[in-house]
Amino acid sequence: MSKKVSIFKDFTKGLLVENPTLVLALGLCPTLAVSSSAINGLGMGVAATFVLVMSNIIVSLIRPLVPAKIRIPIFIVVIATFVTVVKLVMAAYTPALSEALGIFIPLIVVNCIILGRAEAFASKHGVLRSAADGLGMGLGFSLTLILLGSFRELLGNGSIFGANIMGASYQPAIMMILPPGAFLSLAMMVAASRWILEKTSKGGNS
Amino acid sequence: MANLLVISIGAILINNFILSRFLGLCPFIGVSKKTETALGMGMAVIFVMVLASAVTWVIWTYLLCPGETNLFWIVARACGSEVSAQAFDLRFLETIAFILIIASLVQFVELVLKKMSPALYDALGIFLPLITTNCAILGVAELNTMSLGYGFLESVVHGFSAGVGFLLALLMMSGVRERLEFAPIPRFMRGLPVAFITSGLMSMAFLGFSGLKF
Repeated sequence: MSKKVSIFKDFTKGLLVENPTLVLALGLCPTLAVSSSAINGLGMGVAATFVLVMSNIIVSLIRPLVPAKIRIPIFIVVIATFVTVVKLVMAAYTPALSEALGIFIPLIVVNCIILGRAEAFASKHGVLRSAADGLGMGLGFSLTLILLGSFRELLGNGSIFGANIMGASYQPAIMMILPPGAFLSLAMMVAASRWILEKTSKGGNS
Repeated sequence: MANLLVISIGAILINNFILSRFLGLCPFIGVSKKTETALGMGMAVIFVMVLASAVTWVIWTYLLCPGETNLFWIVARACGSEVSAQAFDLRFLETIAFILIIASLVQFVELVLKKMSPALYDALGIFLPLITTNCAILGVAELNTMSLGYGFLESVVHGFSAGVGFLLALLMMSGVRERLEFAPIPRFMRGLPVAFITSGLMSMAFLGFSGLKF
């Protein structure tokens, strides 16, 4: 297999086959908490993708220097640095979004997706492949958030990205924006993604 | 006193950390298959949350916040420097500082428990390393200092009640899941999806508590 193909594969596996939220069940807290509207989901997705790509690159670069015993604290410091960057940038340029996401921006530090990728992938592979892996995982996470956010916003508010879709006569189901709606819609999404994965893998074999 | 009671009822029932704030979902889904492990995890979380609330509050107030109580400023003053009290505003370091404090605190607790109380270590030991990346712990530290601006006693009470709320949700969930093992569930819904639906129903029940007014 040529190098180009494997980088492409590192990138695409995060989108569905190894989707961090739906298949690996990582990073559940921000997924459920910020997906009450599509725009919040997009904001959290972009922030997490930036941290994921940057920390994967740095972890991959410093990997020969890091002693195995203290690698986890070092990874956490690298991640926390980029989270602080994101937090300050968002507070300065998108104050409304920063307000809406609240404590879930600093909590990107303990998002298991990021530490998980640093430990499982970036600390073992080269810079390019790690960056591709980070970007793919980040996009998979963002897509899930946007999809979940749109679904909940559509049912709970009748709109997507703030644009009214259902018309004025639609009676919104407030429950979908409240916490229970998050659990129920994610359950449906996980079940649907399993169904799709099984369909596609069967189609590939036959 | 009444204030502390309001804080604790709020953190246990109204703003339950798992079911309404969405903090600490990974252990909630991960270790809720058996009541026994759920109990151990819940106890370990309460323990670490109280300690973390206390320690991060002290660090936040005396090292990171600017003002007359900032230790750096007091030291600089004692050395004869004329800097203003607002010079030492280190609040931007809060995320890095808190996660490092929590990680080292958990390691420290593990060492102390191993030495001082082997029985307790046997019960809680395996859960402690998992707790470092539990967002409920960092979450309670951030809420105490950044968002809610609690005092020391309030922070500790809030940490304790958040832990109790966590334990409550975890115990209820494990009770349900032990029975779900034998339920006929459609194939694609088994495991994670049905756990989410269960928590969705529990969360709906807990919404009822938001009507509590003091």
